[in-house]
Amino acid sequence: MTCLPAATDRKLGLVIDLDTCVGCHACVIACKGWNTQYHGAPLSDMDPYGPRPEGTFLNRIHSYEALPDDGGAAQMVHFPKSCLHCDNAPCVTVCPTGASYKRAEDGIVLVDEDACIGCNLCAWACPYGARELDRASGVMKKCTLCIDRIYNENLPQEDRVPACVRTCPAGARHFGDLADPDSAVSRLVAERGGFDLMAELDTAPVNKYLPPRRKDRLENAAPPLTPIASGGGLAGWLDRMLGGG
Amino acid sequence: MNQPAASTSPRVSDEIRRTTCYMCACRCGIDVHMKDGRVAYIQGNRDHPVNRGVLCAKGSAGIMQVNAPSRLRKPLRRVGPRGSGAFEEISWEEALEQAAAWLEPIRRSDPSKLAFFTGRDQSQSFTGFWAQGFGTPNYAAHGGFCSVNMAAAGIHTIGGSFWEFGQPDWDHTRLLLLFGVAEDHDSNPIKMGLGKLKARGARVVGINPIRSGYNAIADDWFGITPGSDGLLILALIHCLVEAGRIDLDYLARYTNAPVLLDRASGLLRRDDAGRPLVIDRRSGRLCPFDQPGIHPDLRGSEGGDSTVFLAMLQEYLDPRHAPENVAERCGIPAARIRALAAMIAHAAFDQPVELDRPWTDFRGEVHRKMVGRPVSFHAMRGISAHSNGFQTCRALHLLQILIGSVEAPGGFRFKPPYPKPAEAHPVPHFAARPGQPLEGPHLGYVRGPEDLALCADGSPARIDKAFSWENPMSAHGLMHMVISNAHAGDPYRIDTLFLYMANMSWNSSMNTRGVMDMLTDRDEDGNYAIPHIIYSDAYSSEMVAYADLVLPDTTYLERHDCISLLDRPISEADALADAIRWPVVRPDRDVRSFQTVLIQLANRLKLPGFVDADGAAMYRDYADYIVNHERKPGIGPLAGFRGDGTAVGRGAPNPGQIARYIANGGFFTHPVPAEASYFKPWNNAYQDWAVRMGLADKPQPYLFQIYCEPLARFQNAAKGQGARQPPDHLRQRIIDTMSPLPIWYPPFDEAAQARDFPLHALTQRPMAMYHSWGSQNAWLRQVHGHNPMYLPMQVWERHGFAEGDWARVTSAHGAITVPVALHQGLNGDTIWTWNAIGKRKGTWALDEDAPEAVKGFLLNHLIHELLPPRGDGHRWANSDPITGQAAWFDLRVRIEKLAPQSASDPGLPPVLSPVGRGPKDLAWRVGTKGNAP
Amino acid sequence: MHAAPSIIIFTVLSGAGFGLLVFLGMRGDPPQGLVAFVLFAIAYGLAVSGLVASVFHLANPQRAWRAFSQWRTSWLSREGWVSVAALLVMAPHAAWLVFFGQPLPVLGWIGAALALGVLFATSMIYAQLATVPRWNTALTPAYFVTCGLACGALLAGQAGPSLALLALLGAVQLLCWWRGDRRLAARGHDLASATGLGFLGRLRLFEPPHTGSNFLLHEFVHQVGRRHRPKLRAIAFAALCPVPLVLVGLWPATAGFALAFLSCMLGCFVSRWLFFAEAEHVVGLYYDAIRGPAR
Repeated sequence: MTCLPAATDRKLGLVIDLDTCVGCHACVIACKGWNTQYHGAPLSDMDPYGPRPEGTFLNRIHSYEALPDDGGAAQMVHFPKSCLHCDNAPCVTVCPTGASYKRAEDGIVLVDEDACIGCNLCAWACPYGARELDRASGVMKKCTLCIDRIYNENLPQEDRVPACVRTCPAGARHFGDLADPDSAVSRLVAERGGFDLMAELDTAPVNKYLPPRRKDRLENAAPPLTPIASGGGLAGWLDRMLGGG
Repeated sequence: MNQPAASTSPRVSDEIRRTTCYMCACRCGIDVHMKDGRVAYIQGNRDHPVNRGVLCAKGSAGIMQVNAPSRLRKPLRRVGPRGSGAFEEISWEEALEQAAAWLEPIRRSDPSKLAFFTGRDQSQSFTGFWAQGFGTPNYAAHGGFCSVNMAAAGIHTIGGSFWEFGQPDWDHTRLLLLFGVAEDHDSNPIKMGLGKLKARGARVVGINPIRSGYNAIADDWFGITPGSDGLLILALIHCLVEAGRIDLDYLARYTNAPVLLDRASGLLRRDDAGRPLVIDRRSGRLCPFDQPGIHPDLRGSEGGDSTVFLAMLQEYLDPRHAPENVAERCGIPAARIRALAAMIAHAAFDQPVELDRPWTDFRGEVHRKMVGRPVSFHAMRGISAHSNGFQTCRALHLLQILIGSVEAPGGFRFKPPYPKPAEAHPVPHFAARPGQPLEGPHLGYVRGPEDLALCADGSPARIDKAFSWENPMSAHGLMHMVISNAHAGDPYRIDTLFLYMANMSWNSSMNTRGVMDMLTDRDEDGNYAIPHIIYSDAYSSEMVAYADLVLPDTTYLERHDCISLLDRPISEADALADAIRWPVVRPDRDVRSFQTVLIQLANRLKLPGFVDADGAAMYRDYADYIVNHERKPGIGPLAGFRGDGTAVGRGAPNPGQIARYIANGGFFTHPVPAEASYFKPWNNAYQDWAVRMGLADKPQPYLFQIYCEPLARFQNAAKGQGARQPPDHLRQRIIDTMSPLPIWYPPFDEAAQARDFPLHALTQRPMAMYHSWGSQNAWLRQVHGHNPMYLPMQVWERHGFAEGDWARVTSAHGAITVPVALHQGLNGDTIWTWNAIGKRKGTWALDEDAPEAVKGFLLNHLIHELLPPRGDGHRWANSDPITGQAAWFDLRVRIEKLAPQSASDPGLPPVLSPVGRGPKDLAWRVGTKGNAP
Repeated sequence: MHAAPSIIIFTVLSGAGFGLLVFLGMRGDPPQGLVAFVLFAIAYGLAVSGLVASVFHLANPQRAWRAFSQWRTSWLSREGWVSVAALLVMAPHAAWLVFFGQPLPVLGWIGAALALGVLFATSMIYAQLATVPRWNTALTPAYFVTCGLACGALLAGQAGPSLALLALLGAVQLLCWWRGDRRLAARGHDLASATGLGFLGRLRLFEPPHTGSNFLLHEFVHQVGRRHRPKLRAIAFAALCPVPLVLVGLWPATAGFALAFLSCMLGCFVSRWLFFAEAEHVVGLYYDAIRGPAR
């Protein structure tokens, strides 16, 4: 089923606030824990206590520094990255077996692990590094948007969000329907100028990123302070502030 | 076309067991999902007051901690030389017998021969009680090398501090200043709070040499030069005072600003009952500060004595505090300092927060509203781990007080049982008597020289020299000095060193290599200088190899614990709260919870408080103690579900208490009444509530201490007044540093070292490993497997560094060889690295060529507990002269470029692993196939 | 990109095998009998061993049959179909030549077209990837097809086509390198477009997500040493074009063709290794791991 659906009823995805993410890796590990225990094959770790520990992760956080052109101080941005559930998902169409597919009802891009031959081509086709081949199981792993949480009737309604969103301490991750212009996530994107990653590749990602706000703009942000008794010394200060006395 | 079917409703678990996380000091509530009796998945508890459902990376990685291959399995007795790691497994009976055989004789002869220090202990009210029963004065936890400056300055100034003591008013603040915070005990609440601030567009300012983490999302970054925070704060105070942008009403009502200062003694004027005296503005009469109906006069004077307020004005209006005069030293342009002061004033006074909540103050005045200054602060080790840290922390609290933002809406709020002024805390108890318990708790807040822990001959009574003239107000003890003092026999020799959860032969010590030598050093008879070492830990940490007897602890999911109001609880500003841990899984090893082992030892040693008059054991295990121990009648470790199950705070022990906690999600919470929610130190409703809850014995309203009188008492002693006199070589230093008004002085030895060691060197704990007990966690170690030394652009370019280069970093004490990397958002005179990534070869069940052991490194090798010799006959401690806090961040270094190396240096020889090595791969899945619906 | 030996072997060997089949299918005077047997055995041997090698690249080879299902969108699936079709269609033609000394020209021509189609389908697996700008160009099919055909022509011992194809291959190879080195920059991908953070200033990676390696770095981030690159390119080019050209031009006998083929194969292997190793996957931008002309 590697043809992409012409349109999906909903576009479930994440909105990630780069102005709020502190880079704590909570989402990375919550994702690892949930997806090791539930959907599909566990996310394995090779050489976990050795010289080259290397595991499968569906969400990773990069940290970048930006040096402003105006000579200001360098700024750091923590940058979580997982599958963006693209409308034009190139990872889906390249799959030779139909293991990769995009769901018509909610737009989630999934891998049918029983059909995956582990050819890696979908990972090659993804510009974002969202897919990782699990070395123990030999199948391609990727963010499922916690499909086994968001519809899970064994979970309370409020917990039916991806594990990364539920755990994010700073509230930098938002989950919702980006096809609905009135959804909270769509409004956030509109208000804060949410953007696509590598838009030039026309993958039409569903996930959006909210840009960091401009930093280091303190000068002139508040009325300047002026001495109340310039030259008047302590006595002058007391008279002005406490009155004669 | 059919799309494949995906299973969307798998069964999540058989059962959820709710307990408390122990991956750091944050103590979040966790939902442990169980499958087939094993831990399947850990998530945050949505109902929990600390974390409201969120959970950090460490918490979510708990499953790898509970199943870590580094877990100790059985008691161990050393068979090889100390430090080799050669052990034999023994039974618990043998282990307890051995421990008792060492402890019983010293208790009978001289209990001070035992030094009992606990590291990341979250049961200090219990371990302290045990040590008290044993009778040794030598007990403390890790606060002395952590942040005692912050705690002591806070208690002495405002009756509380940050982290467990209080928090920003996240819902109302409009401006938050973070001083020296990379990560904190309050790790999830800070992140949640920052998220709230960001969501409503409030401003966050980060003051930190390093721009990462919280400082990365701060709207404004002040890349301050280490050790100069106090200077910056006093400059902000100068600007605010000079412009008259301070809260005079608040100062007059709630602080000792209007209290009269006795010109001759420098002490506060007091009445016969000891109450500080003020002048009532309307009557002009001299009155005790708390007399109903009075309005204290900031400008009052009597008999030639004037107020603290005037002394303060004189001090901080002085032009030496002007931004222009501190800018260079701080590494911050004067204009930016002025802009920050202006922003503080603007946020505090132009946009006050008003809550429609009437309240009554301790003088009987009724206030219609709660008016607050929406500027809040949070600070941590960055400002406190300096030799000027105590005064810097005091300065920060003064700034908070001046703008009236402590315990006011939008500002900083205490969490019950705080506020609690120094006078409400005990003074230190230290008199050791053969076979007898100590008369009271070890740690406390000294009011003056009379409270110091000194022997009759004036020598320190404690092995760590806490509460001595070298560091009179060392409220958390000095764990980092114990081993070197015990090794040197200064002030005396000990017999047994008993440590819990403290990696003293590694990242918890300065001079790591030297400490290893001290632990293995022998006297002329071939006996170890420290004769016996008992160590308890759940994991094969670096310290294990240096113990003679190892008592294997349980992991946090296998034990009972209480996060008690007697200790540092988990309260929020709007509620008191405490919590438990309980065994959600059974240990699969022959291990016992350390607290239970202490009880078993106490029963063998027949320690008072643990056995009744007939010598019969009062408690079976720690759970029994948690439920049945009463510190005072009706007040026990847990506040919830007392008596018949409905009593709060005070009530008889309830045998069903732990079951009630478990049913309630592992915690208990009780709201602070709305009219008691702010202005707690002066709010009658709060004071009465606190007494009802058992947090205080009587209402105890108090004034914030702008002028800290205990400091003046020490200065007076140093000037020759009083019966208790400091040694002469300390007099001038006491006079210079123990100013009763906050001051700044350069970090010790800075002038001597600046030429040879031009750079500052710091560490930060990564959020994914902050305070967590070991980085052997299979998931977390992939995130931080080794640590580069980060260099600023200036240093990078000056030395011509390129990617992949290494460097030799040298301090006055030693040198290390390390990999380097560039960090542009960094103070130009500062280098830094992630702390405690480096591991000793052979520990933590890691391969000997694990990156932590090969590339990873510790900065500790560069830091000594003493300053370099200065030719004056004394070795001065590398710590704050007031509290003894380890001055980690005073470190000065120089750097040289090296070609790429294969391993960092010093590379220490491996130790034998008592637990073998971890498995070659993991594909963690418990229970039957998780996808089954 | 990671240069996996199985993929290099597969593309080079099966390319040569199908290239030979093109010539065996469309030659007006095809070889017969034993010669036909030997040539078809070589062609089938190379094609099939290449396909088998490609299966070793799979993490779950037992499910390889599923790869035939998605021919509507997947070039890998199409490649599977076309190669099976080419091998099946060509079989009777081969059998007739070996056993009866007679061609089946219609099947031969169809088989040749299918074999050409295999070369094209294989190339499109790479050429379709917008994530690897160096490959995402019409030069990639040109390169794969000329490689396969040149090897095939040499194996078929056809001097004229060999000389023409070797010359063309040399030109295509040089063009691939010349254009390829500029391709990433020309497409406008950089860390700023990858992160959307260019508005903040000049960007650099401060810390990668993990201190260790991972699948993405193994698979997508490979840097050819600055000093090795010109040497390897020189070897590849010489072995692909001038050496076999001279050999065939001066010694148009079986031995000359054989030596030329071996040279060409060597060139193909080195060139194919470079094809992968030099290719920059845009995911490398996130790791700030793309160095060289693109920066």
